[in-house]
Amino acid sequence: MADTAKPKSGSAAKNSGGRRRSRKGTPTAVADESPEVLREYYRRMLLIRRFEERTGQAYTQARIGGYCHLNLGEEATVVGLMTALQERDYLFANYRDHGYAIEKGIEPRRVMAELYGRSTGTSKGWGGSMHMYDTDARMLGGWGIVGGQLPMATGAAMAVSYRGGDEVVMCQMGDGTTNIGAWHESLNIASLWNLPIVYVVINNYLGMGTTVDMSSAEPDLYKRGCAFRIEGERVDGQDVLAVRDTARNLVERARSEQRPFLMETMSYRMKGHSVVDPAKYRSKEDAQEARSNDPLAAFESQLEEAGVLDEDRKKEIADAVRQEVADAADFAENSPHPDASTLFDYTYASPVANESTRMPADPVFAD
Amino acid sequence: MSVITYRQALRETIRAEMHRDENVFLMGEEIGVFEGSYKITEGMLTEFGERRVRDTPISEEGFVGSAIGSAMLGLRPIVELMTINFSLIAADQIINHAPKVYGMFGGQTSVPMVIRTPGGGGQQLGATHSQNIELFYSFIPGMKVLAPSTPAEAAAMMRAAVRDDDPVLFLENLGLYNSKGEVPDNYADDSGPVAEIGRAGVLREGSDITLIGYSRMAALATQVAEELAEQDISVEVIDLRSLRPLDRETIVNSVAKTGSAVIAEDDWLTYGIGAEIAASIQEGAFDFLDAPVRRVAMAEVPLPYAKPLETAALPSVESVTTAIKETLNAVGRRVG
Ligand SMILES: Cc1ncc(C[n+]2csc(CCOP(=O)(O)OP(=O)(O)O)c2C)c(N)n1
Repeated sequence: MADTAKPKSGSAAKNSGGRRRSRKGTPTAVADESPEVLREYYRRMLLIRRFEERTGQAYTQARIGGYCHLNLGEEATVVGLMTALQERDYLFANYRDHGYAIEKGIEPRRVMAELYGRSTGTSKGWGGSMHMYDTDARMLGGWGIVGGQLPMATGAAMAVSYRGGDEVVMCQMGDGTTNIGAWHESLNIASLWNLPIVYVVINNYLGMGTTVDMSSAEPDLYKRGCAFRIEGERVDGQDVLAVRDTARNLVERARSEQRPFLMETMSYRMKGHSVVDPAKYRSKEDAQEARSNDPLAAFESQLEEAGVLDEDRKKEIADAVRQEVADAADFAENSPHPDASTLFDYTYASPVANESTRMPADPVFAD
Repeated sequence: MSVITYRQALRETIRAEMHRDENVFLMGEEIGVFEGSYKITEGMLTEFGERRVRDTPISEEGFVGSAIGSAMLGLRPIVELMTINFSLIAADQIINHAPKVYGMFGGQTSVPMVIRTPGGGGQQLGATHSQNIELFYSFIPGMKVLAPSTPAEAAAMMRAAVRDDDPVLFLENLGLYNSKGEVPDNYADDSGPVAEIGRAGVLREGSDITLIGYSRMAALATQVAEELAEQDISVEVIDLRSLRPLDRETIVNSVAKTGSAVIAEDDWLTYGIGAEIAASIQEGAFDFLDAPVRRVAMAEVPLPYAKPLETAALPSVESVTTAIKETLNAVGRRVG
């Protein structure tokens, strides 16, 4: 018999509200940080929030196609993690990547244009929501196959180590990803070869409708690096300073000690898995808990209490953010669609003289 | 000119490319200390050290994926998969990722990687270890799939593969490693021949019929053509060499000249590479055809271990010769 003492949620249908969410780490108090920095984090979290809300809207209006996974409720994690990276560090993310792309240094208008499938997008309209990429920003992709990014991120860290560089690779993923083979293979290789990489598990407790308890025999995910001698840390993902401090520590240790680390952020996904998911599998209590754990609202009141944010400043920031998001949407809306004549431009990086691009019965593609 | 083995052609070319470019490195199971399951990497660890010759855990998805990531950052990995049968464990990385990166990100980054892997039946290895599944990878746009048949081709194609900016699946055949052939004296120098990826080769010119093969079957086709020449039958032998991109032009031109074709393939018939070639001939040279295109392929069974059964399942000089004679008879040319 299985260990009956272990709490397990019964079914996928209704996830229990009372989740165990132990939080670790010693967060920096708001009082220890400069007002400018705090307001800047607040602005960036708000930008992602408004950007994602606009994205959701545009999706509902069918301006955006495909799948669309938002970061609503995970903004503190996104901003905290990206703050910990140096510009020269690399990021591999999963499909929930819009906020990460912006935070890693891609202009919001290019991220929005990618969502609109326009030629001005980060991937010229070839990637869409799940595939934000920019070589200069060292945003090495959002990736759509769960866990697919892990081996590649591991290999990027190997390339850094091969060249004796001092960059670090961060590899972001969801909690559901930790059960796929690629996770185990990647952590094992990274540890064997002393690679400078930080694997970050965003534990929002859900992979689509499946909870961590349903899918992970050891639900304390940060502990699961122990099989590979990889140190893990868990942090409150709703606290931007805590995420930043923990991530910074691990990133800098990966850099100086040349070895991998594992980090787990305890987060809440406020909405469904994707824009079209009404999240019926979620219990009332659970949905309520997610809503009441809004990291942006919490940070806002913290800053207000500390006297860092007043109504004027809030309005100033909100206006600037609104403007930036509106500009991004306008830019996307007014950008050209990629021309059909470019359809065969990106099959091979080393073109093949003899490659046929002919499609039967389509004169447009005649040689 | 000198005569060397297919194995030696590969090994010396890889060595030369590693000397030429610091970014080229080797990765795979048992390639270092053990010197490679089929000894292609013999001596490499001693010569280049652990940084450039990496023994990996049995972790196909992990290390093939790592090679992709390292290639995205500018390294040029040559990955050995012990046999193509194990590539299926890494299929997510090989199919879903490597060939998609260039297009999916709008041409911003590419994956200059070579996956070397032997395949093929005839060694009594049983059903899971005797497969030719290069078809799966040849199906995927963005992939380049090469299958040389001679030592000279192996060297020229390996050099092209390492220098190419796209993911290349480099298919070796277990039955070819010890085969010998002439290579130019500079075959392993930086100045040596570089194959043009996407071009088929005409291994032998002929006028009566076109015989098309790749890898071990191209080598076998040459043998068939030599034997038939003694019976006054002139066979043109086409070696596909590059399964993707596929050179339809050379095939169609040859069939337009000879009027008939036989395809020999070492893999299963249904939905196979031969089906693609036959369709291409039908599309491009229908008016020139004097007889239906014939295909000779592996029997459609999981390959058996027992020698007589395995032999019966694989295309042979006899079965290919019979197909050629039957085709020529259908054309109206009476041959033995
Ligand atoms: C290999 C694979 N299996 C299934 C899916 C479908 N799928 C997409 S997201 C997802 C849930 C992943 O959950 P998690 O890793 O926790 O990430 P989150 O969505 O919470 O960010 C699933 C099952 C997929 N994309 N890839």
